Amino acid sequence: MAERLVIIGAGMAAGRLVERLCVDHAGAYEITLFNAEPRGTYNRIMLSPVLSGEKTYAEIVTHDDAWYAAHGVTCRFGEKVTGIDTDAKTVTGENGTVAYDRLVIATGSAPFIIPLPGSDLSGVIAYRDLEDTDMMIQAAANPGARAVVIGGGLLGLEAAAGLAARGMEVTVVHLMGHLMERQLDEAAGFLLRKALIDRGIKVICGANSHEILGHDGRVCALVLEDGRKLPCDLLVMAVGIRPNTGVAKDAGIAVARGIPVNDQMQTATPDVYALGECVEHNGALFGLVAPLYDQAEVLATHLTGGQAAFAPKEVSTKLKVTGCDLFSAGDFAGGEGREDITLRDPEGGNYKRLVLENSRLVGAVMYGDTADSSWFYGLIRSGADVSNMREQLLFGPSHEGAIPLEPYGGRCSLTG
Amino acid sequence: MAGKTSQNRAEITCTTCPYCGVGCGVLAGQDGTIKGDPDHPANFGRLCSKGSALGETIDLEGRLLHPMVHGKQADWDSTLDLIAGQFSRAIRDHGPDSVAFYVSGQLLTEDYYVANKLMKGYMGSANIDTNSRLCMASSVAGHKRAFGTDTVPGTYEDLDEADLVVLVGSNLAWCHPVLYQRLVAAKQARPDMRVVNIDPRRTATCDIADLHLPIAPDGDAALFNALLAEISRRGAVDKDYISAHVNGFDAAIEAAQACDPALSGLNAEQINAFCDMWIGTPKVVTVYSQGVNQSICGTDKVNAIINCHLATGRIGRAGMGPFSVTGQPNAMGGREVGGLANMLGWHLDIENADHRAAVQEAWDSPTICTHAGLKAVDLFEACASGKIKALWIISTNPAVSLPDAGNVAEAIANVPFTVVTDIMARTDTGDLVDVLLPATGWGEKSGTVTNSERRISRQRPFLEAPGAARPDWKILCDVAARMGWADAFDYQSAADVFREYAALSNLGTRFGRDFDISGLGDLTEAEYDALAPVQWPVRKGETPGGRFFAEGGFYHADGRAKMLAITAPQCVSPEAENTFVLNSGRVRDHWHTMTRTGKSARLSQHLAEPFAEIHPEDAFALGLRDAGLVKLSSRYGTATLRALISSKVARGEIFVPMHWTAQFAPSGRINTLMAPAVDPVSGQPATKGGAVKAEAFGARWYAFLATSAAIECKRPYVAKARTTTGWQAEIAGFKPPEDWEQDLRDITGLDAASATVIEDAASGIVRVALTDVAGEIVALFFAAPDPVAVARAFAVSLIGTQTPAFEALAGRPGADRPDPGAVVCSCFNVGVNTLKSAIAEGADTVDALGAKTCAGTNCGSCKPELAALLTNHLPKVAAE
Repeated sequence: MAERLVIIGAGMAAGRLVERLCVDHAGAYEITLFNAEPRGTYNRIMLSPVLSGEKTYAEIVTHDDAWYAAHGVTCRFGEKVTGIDTDAKTVTGENGTVAYDRLVIATGSAPFIIPLPGSDLSGVIAYRDLEDTDMMIQAAANPGARAVVIGGGLLGLEAAAGLAARGMEVTVVHLMGHLMERQLDEAAGFLLRKALIDRGIKVICGANSHEILGHDGRVCALVLEDGRKLPCDLLVMAVGIRPNTGVAKDAGIAVARGIPVNDQMQTATPDVYALGECVEHNGALFGLVAPLYDQAEVLATHLTGGQAAFAPKEVSTKLKVTGCDLFSAGDFAGGEGREDITLRDPEGGNYKRLVLENSRLVGAVMYGDTADSSWFYGLIRSGADVSNMREQLLFGPSHEGAIPLEPYGGRCSLTG
Repeated sequence: MAGKTSQNRAEITCTTCPYCGVGCGVLAGQDGTIKGDPDHPANFGRLCSKGSALGETIDLEGRLLHPMVHGKQADWDSTLDLIAGQFSRAIRDHGPDSVAFYVSGQLLTEDYYVANKLMKGYMGSANIDTNSRLCMASSVAGHKRAFGTDTVPGTYEDLDEADLVVLVGSNLAWCHPVLYQRLVAAKQARPDMRVVNIDPRRTATCDIADLHLPIAPDGDAALFNALLAEISRRGAVDKDYISAHVNGFDAAIEAAQACDPALSGLNAEQINAFCDMWIGTPKVVTVYSQGVNQSICGTDKVNAIINCHLATGRIGRAGMGPFSVTGQPNAMGGREVGGLANMLGWHLDIENADHRAAVQEAWDSPTICTHAGLKAVDLFEACASGKIKALWIISTNPAVSLPDAGNVAEAIANVPFTVVTDIMARTDTGDLVDVLLPATGWGEKSGTVTNSERRISRQRPFLEAPGAARPDWKILCDVAARMGWADAFDYQSAADVFREYAALSNLGTRFGRDFDISGLGDLTEAEYDALAPVQWPVRKGETPGGRFFAEGGFYHADGRAKMLAITAPQCVSPEAENTFVLNSGRVRDHWHTMTRTGKSARLSQHLAEPFAEIHPEDAFALGLRDAGLVKLSSRYGTATLRALISSKVARGEIFVPMHWTAQFAPSGRINTLMAPAVDPVSGQPATKGGAVKAEAFGARWYAFLATSAAIECKRPYVAKARTTTGWQAEIAGFKPPEDWEQDLRDITGLDAASATVIEDAASGIVRVALTDVAGEIVALFFAAPDPVAVARAFAVSLIGTQTPAFEALAGRPGADRPDPGAVVCSCFNVGVNTLKSAIAEGADTVDALGAKTCAGTNCGSCKPELAALLTNHLPKVAAE
């Protein structure tokens, strides 16, 4: 008889794990999948196109009820887990208890809400799930509605662009000097800001939020520290996430910032694993999808008797705002031993910067033409020596492996 | 369509190519279409790459369209008054020898005749010399010493009929391509025919050579002395011919026997092989050209060659004879009208009082020059020393083409009154003078030229004269009239000039000379217009043309030829370290100082910048890398050129092209390096025998620029060339610009264009694209600390397109599109990489390459290069 595997959370990491186990190792486990949201796995990072109206929810569902049924997964969706007994090896949900041989905690993260006065007003939301998305879509449906987005990072800008696309008057308030400072350098941040302004979004950088004003329990404005007042009907906070560790902590599983795991995603408690945005690995937390998928692959291998170890790799970022193509990967800070290859095309709205160290690509930032980004990402992740292709590196894979040009077009080999 | 075609056909004009001395017939359309004339006996329809591209050189860009006085546009009347006044005053105050003309083998016979008449019969000086001095003066002198007059004995048909053709100092494949193709065809038709190529370099001409003799510079006389001694030793002397027709035999043989064959730079085996072929083949033609002439012993070399033909009686008979091939379209016509400082018209002699008197009488002129004038090098020395007070330069560019060109430029600037007639507004020489006069150019002017085989052909106009441009003969006549000689220069047309010249040519016969075209002396205008190519002599009632000297009939007083005792010079062997013999010459697709070919994008792509061809071991010793820059210096000047590392030149020698001027490559002016050394007999400069030091030019950055804009750039190294989309430039310098983008805007004047910049500061690589408001690329600039690797033709092709700037800055096609590489075939724009691919795919002959890529299937000028590529790149078949 198959071992019993209980998974708490049906986010994207859990979704990948379930898929690996069900498709590649069908029958290895009898799986029970809890999810607090009343649905299975969907592609959360595609919520932005749903917000902007370019996709529907149905299009971003990765595993529907029929799929779970076909693969024998017991789904307990819309049911919160209330407790874990690691001695008895059971998980209790709102609708009852289930025993496990192995347990995977994939509870994800929660958006961080800045504890400003008024942050509990109606109309102050985060941008995390389908419910948030629906709320934003509804808010945008009111003619003349205004929104403020706090946070000029990836998520905040996608929210802002989506709301603007739905006709809202949107202001982005960002604490740092340029947008997406964790992914972009100043030059790319400048181009991005220009592109957002071009589509009617107001952008205020270097701005501290002071207070949220309300009227009849509903948000009506954001006040900045410099006294500026930004009237709004919707305030979206997109300033970061915190791992959801409550269930684990309550069960006596060791918890730090996240749930610490080893390279096999094992927690300190036997037969209990953690996966995704709730984990902490060598002190690092995770918020982008690529390492979560890596973790899922490692865990799937481990759970089916294989050898695998999770090693974080450089991550890449793509902003899903139509017409604002940017890409960022690796470490692009300058410094000793770092060499830049840059493309500047301010009028064409193009920018590329490759950062090399010891003849290896360690970082890349691009704005505008990002067609080759996955190729650069691959180079960063592989750590390949690029000295032989340095001169053509910026031009991407269409120039990879091209025969070196003879000096002077081969003229030297012509007869005199 | 049919109507249009027939209309075009009606507009086709039969004319003659303005480039080398082969003198090819051309069919020209007003729309610029150019075809070879199948009925012209010089080319039978063939044209070379330069001739084929003539249509690209007749636009008006850069043309001089109005008289200019001190940089300001002026009208003809006042300008002609000014010139006449200045020349008259100089003659009045300082005598006739204070004025000078320096003219050109580009002039038509009619122009040449009028200039010569004006200077020698009216101004009263013989100070009229010509750039033909730089080309074949040694052949003229050699002919005169041997034959008594300047006679080319043979015809082109001799090349078809010879069993052995010896090429001496002649890269025929590049410099006279149509003659070369004729030779190739003859050899294909008669595979037993042999060709020997005597040249210090392994040139493209070696492609058809059965034997290449890599002679030492100026080793020719020693080689032909060795041949003459061997002719004597083996009993191959034609004793009957010698006794009947030749003087000086014994002395010549004695001198030849005393000569050390090793001075030729060849070993005994090579010399023997050559003697075996030459002596064993009665039907032998020895073709010689600038490699013989442009030497401090050029005349001796000519006579050493002629000696061998006289000794064996192999002259003036089908397939036999010495054959000087000239480099200019009308070098021969110039010689015939007396366009050199040391001769009178009709092959008469200045030194001969009877000749002088007869010419003066024929012209009914107030005076006649009494002594030879200043030859080119001496003429400019006289300019420098202040003896010349008024100088008129017509259709030539001595500030580039003469040796010690830097000093020549200063000398021109030193003359109190200077005039240049040209078709181009900007030339290195024109930039120096007081007055510029616009002449009509090829396609606009009417007259005659004489080619290397004495064939007179018409140049006919098919284009309107642009702006205020006038024919040279007319300008000269207008000045003559203002100097008081209106009646003597009252010609109504070019035909009018020609009739006088032809009619008076019976003077030649009267004094027992070779030149006589009196049979053409009463052509009507219509007959002149319809004149078919005709070889002289042309006498009434006789068949024109033919060969000379088969039965003697030389033009020395006793009717006999003269063999000369020739002493071979010591070979130049530079002793100082890093010192090289500097050899100069032409490239395939350029002509003279590029005022015409430099306009053609097609021609400019074959070799787009001046280069120094240097042996790999010498390059290694100098620390030169492929495509790096090399600095050459002599006590006369310096030049910086692209290093072309090649074992085709011998160690210790460097070959450089002669064409580049300050307009295209300010550092590439080769003649600034050349000593003003001349042949003592002919006065021809030794522009193939310079001595230079060479060193790597330590550029810190190199750049390639393609743009639609005109380029104004002052950097230590700049070489510009026309492209199909505008201009390109190779640039190099020491201190990198602080702001590359601004620098590019300054060079191109493209201030408003938007810039895309790629910078790899650590590698020193910078690339800039400029795009105009329409999104079209207007400039692409590639800089690097090493010679720039960029697919140049590809970059050029992107100018004017809407290719995204970023893609364009890759500077090469993506992996899916191969880079064609440097252009080999100009007619079809086929690159070296395309050819290599075709070879790899199985094209194993020149014809197969042509079938696959079209290369070489039009003019055929690139065929030797195709053959060389095949030799170097055909897969080697292992011997079993």
